[in-house]
Amino acid sequence: MDDLKQLETEIFARIEGAADEAALEEVRIATIGKKGSISEKMKTLGKMTPEERQTAGPALNGLKNAVTEAIAARKDILRRAAIEERLKNETVDITLPVRQSPAEAGRIHPLTQVVDEITAIFADMGFSIAEGPEIETDYYNFTALNFPEGHPAREMHDTFFFNPDSEGQRRLLRTHTSPVQVHTMESQKPPIRIVIPGKTYRCDSDATHSPMFHQLEGLVIGKDIHAGHLRWSLEEFCKAFFEVDNVTMRFRPSFFPFTEPSFEVDIQCDRSGPTVKFGEGTDWMEILGCGMVHPNVLRYGGIDPDEFQGFAWGIGIDRLAMLKYGMPDLRDFFDADARWISHYGFRPLDIPTLFGGVSS
Amino acid sequence: MKFTLSWLKDHLETDASLEEITEALTMIGLEVEAVDDRSQFKPFVIAKVLTAAPHPDADKLQVLTVDKGDGKPVQVVCGAPNARAGLVGAFAGPGTYVPGIDVTLSVGNIRGIESFGMMCSERELELSDDHNGIIDLPEDAPVGTPFADYANLSDPVIEIGITPNRPDALGVAGIARDLAAFGIGKVKPLAIGEPEGNYPCPVKVNIEAQDLCPAFGLRYVKGVKNGPSPKWMQQRLKAIGLRPISALVDITNYVTFDLGRPLHVFDADKVHGDLTIREARDGETVLALDGREYKLAAGQCVIADEKGIESLAGIMGGEESGCSDETVNVLVESALWEPYNIARTGRDLGINTDARYRFERGVDPAFMVPGLDHATNLVMELCGGEASQAIVAGEVPEPQKIIEFPYSEVRRLTGIDVSEDRSREILRSLGFEVDETTGTGRVKVPSWRPDVEGKADLVEEVMRINGINEISPQPLPALNTVNGKILTTGQIRVRNAKRSLAARGMLEAVTWSFISADHAKAFGGGQDELKLANPISADMSDMRPSLLPGLILAAQRNADRGVGDVALFEVSQTFTSDKPEGQHRIACGVRRGTAHLAGSGRHWQGNSKPVGVFDAKEDALGVLQACGVDVSKVQIVAEAPEWFHPGRSGRIQLGPKIVLGVFGELHPMTLETLDVSGPLCGFEVYLDNIPEPKEKATNTKPPLAISGLQAVKRDFAFVLDKQSDAATLLRAAAGADKKLISGVSVFDVFEGASLGEGKKSVAIEVTLQPVEKTLTDEEIEAVSKQIIANVEKSTGGVLRG
Repeated sequence: MDDLKQLETEIFARIEGAADEAALEEVRIATIGKKGSISEKMKTLGKMTPEERQTAGPALNGLKNAVTEAIAARKDILRRAAIEERLKNETVDITLPVRQSPAEAGRIHPLTQVVDEITAIFADMGFSIAEGPEIETDYYNFTALNFPEGHPAREMHDTFFFNPDSEGQRRLLRTHTSPVQVHTMESQKPPIRIVIPGKTYRCDSDATHSPMFHQLEGLVIGKDIHAGHLRWSLEEFCKAFFEVDNVTMRFRPSFFPFTEPSFEVDIQCDRSGPTVKFGEGTDWMEILGCGMVHPNVLRYGGIDPDEFQGFAWGIGIDRLAMLKYGMPDLRDFFDADARWISHYGFRPLDIPTLFGGVSS
Repeated sequence: MKFTLSWLKDHLETDASLEEITEALTMIGLEVEAVDDRSQFKPFVIAKVLTAAPHPDADKLQVLTVDKGDGKPVQVVCGAPNARAGLVGAFAGPGTYVPGIDVTLSVGNIRGIESFGMMCSERELELSDDHNGIIDLPEDAPVGTPFADYANLSDPVIEIGITPNRPDALGVAGIARDLAAFGIGKVKPLAIGEPEGNYPCPVKVNIEAQDLCPAFGLRYVKGVKNGPSPKWMQQRLKAIGLRPISALVDITNYVTFDLGRPLHVFDADKVHGDLTIREARDGETVLALDGREYKLAAGQCVIADEKGIESLAGIMGGEESGCSDETVNVLVESALWEPYNIARTGRDLGINTDARYRFERGVDPAFMVPGLDHATNLVMELCGGEASQAIVAGEVPEPQKIIEFPYSEVRRLTGIDVSEDRSREILRSLGFEVDETTGTGRVKVPSWRPDVEGKADLVEEVMRINGINEISPQPLPALNTVNGKILTTGQIRVRNAKRSLAARGMLEAVTWSFISADHAKAFGGGQDELKLANPISADMSDMRPSLLPGLILAAQRNADRGVGDVALFEVSQTFTSDKPEGQHRIACGVRRGTAHLAGSGRHWQGNSKPVGVFDAKEDALGVLQACGVDVSKVQIVAEAPEWFHPGRSGRIQLGPKIVLGVFGELHPMTLETLDVSGPLCGFEVYLDNIPEPKEKATNTKPPLAISGLQAVKRDFAFVLDKQSDAATLLRAAAGADKKLISGVSVFDVFEGASLGEGKKSVAIEVTLQPVEKTLTDEEIEAVSKQIIANVEKSTGGVLRG
């Protein structure tokens, strides 16, 4: 029995000493393999006396089981060590930068964003969005808006004209979005509640004037719509758009051929800092022109001015964007400078909603 | 329109402060644009030169001691030839800003002598161009008092913007009337005496062009003496930016601004015979008072004598009969001109004058004759002479505009309650004649308010005088339901196109709607009807037929600034005609350099390759999908417009009639025309051409049917002619068994010598999705055979061995 004990000690030492799975396999073959030392001893059992076998049998079987288990345990350790070793070799520098997601790199132009903000606000107030052609006739741009032929107010518009056609009629680039008022009245009976965002053109160019700019026209017509409703609509819009709790507005009498009475609207603000702040301060800033739709315009639109009345306004979308988001120069809007768009633009998934806050 | 505070007070009795007056002006619609309180003159004081000695080191300089009234005389070095002991003038001490030389004074040292200020010339104070010497005041001018007070330079100048509907406010008297109505003081009535005319006017007036000149008033004044106008008149004219010329000319300018009545004074001795008001003959010329010769056209109204044209009626006088210092006899004219004709003539000739400005807006016809009388009185007062009787040719119109005015209109349009009495009071204070009828009053419009035509105009008058900010916000009538969908299909497509392209990593640009003629032509445009008659510059002359040129140029600008890998898009309008149906909604994108969807430039995981046709195709299909198009149904054909690379571009269509878009790399000649460099690719999607989505009966989606059986994939490679297209192959393969085949994709395209000249190999993977039971080998074999047969038949290719 002593030599068995010794064998056991020897085998266990070899198992513990096996450095890798191959060495361990050698130990397995050398011990419990077909011709292994334990297997060889098992073969001798048959030649033993029953008495001898009674003690040697269990002893040998016990040894075999113990060795088998020890090899399995050692194998598991070696396998884990090997995996660990392999993973160590597979390690990469996880600080290496990855490519940016396209949805993060892309940008929506501030004008689009602001139009979407405006749309969200006016949709909530029950308005629809109307559109119209940019190449207009004199009739829709001027005559039907109560600019008489030859009236000096026409000249204030610095109109881009096309060459006269064979009948002497010259088309023009609309100087305001107001022609859409008339198109709408022609195609839709009151009540009307629309806003009209769109491109407009005047031949004028400097830091605050661009030959192409964007306007937001509003038109509300009903049986009892008056200037108080106009004021409410504008105040509510400005509060929602500039995301302030209060705005203070000042109306001033003005003149537009297509409204009577006409107003210019100033908004109280603080211009002392680098950006304009609304809802505070003591400065006045002119932001839009508006008025009650002129009876002649209603007539041109096929609406009886003694039965229906309403208001209209026009505001510069570019200017709204500049005031809210701080772009200093209007000309940059149309320069398509990638650095400018990346900086002032909006991510594609920043879709303005009222429930999420128009600008967040 | 500019005027000074003291000038206003000639017409308005008021104690109101400058601030109250300017605030009121703005609130009644005469918007104050600027107030110059003339504080820049405040630091200048009247000072007396006590001693004057030659400068030791300079011939032309003197060293003065100057008493500025505080008993502490200062030393001043002065170069003026008229500087002398005893002179009284205007002194500026250190720290004073001197406007005429744009310098803030400090203690100077001129050739070794310290100088503690300066004695100023008129030019240094911007009072005149005179720089021959320093200001030389009478000896009794009060030393130590502000020069501005003495010289009447402290009169604040107010500038207001006058809207085109308010010609009545183009004279100081009219402004005073508005202010008085608002409660700022009382109007001082004008007292114009009729000049005694002891002899008939020797010059007759004949109005040929009755339509253009309803009435014409004229007086002869003999024996006048022209010269500078009085100081007070000069000061007021200078304060509003006009240059005094001579009494006769200054009178006309003064009355223009004072009373809104433009006039003209002829040198009668330079007028030959009688005056005729007629249309110009085509090509006739006139030398006007601005020294320029104008070539006239028929329809333009002139005042002519027997020799030729003497004046551009209502716009500018003629040089020939202009007044000079030698003038002794004059003709004073006060007339009425047809406003639109004046506007058109002025515009066509490019002349802007204060007279034109007023006549085209409409002057008060009733004031034509009083204006003539007033001007004649002024001529006689300032220049002497003896006036003739007046001639009035034509007939002065007497507008009888009467408006039936329901007082309730004020509330109807503004929501403000203004009592009938108050409304009447306001209208009367503005010169309207109002009867006492309650409910609906009869309102006669004064002759100076051509803009007032109807009820709404009267509402405005009542409202602006009553106080415009009485208008209080009132919520719009609430909607009874949740607001439904408000965007049209077109609007939704624009939104979706923009957001989807931005999500593809592109930057949204907004470029000009007009481009150069060459660029328009290069993209199929340039037709006459889309050319601007008055473009702002030559490269902004034609309405764009495509968004591509604008974006390509923008990409190049970015490249020039060092951003060569750039992906831009724009969703906007293009134009194919000047009619509304010729305006199209387009989504367009351009990629330059290596600006791929996945990223651009060099990267440690692999550098981006130059962009190409397939980047553009992917973008275009992406937009279409975002707009609800099933792109598996679209056809891609190699028929893009000629501005694309003919072999690397395509058209997306639903049959030949519905073209959804084009994409590709650009033709090298296009790049040359635009003067840009690539690599560049781009696309345009015609959003308006996408068929309107079908009304869906239900929002419920069809039930999801998933097979529990495993799909089987089989690969095939075919050798085809190089010209064959993959689309045909894919369609043929998919058509082999529409029920069983759930997908076909291309996984390899190969060209090589081993395939033979003009051949290519296209390898596809076909996915078979069993529905009811697992496929047997025989079934798979049968489908495979069908696929091969279909492809070989439709493409002429063979299975690659």
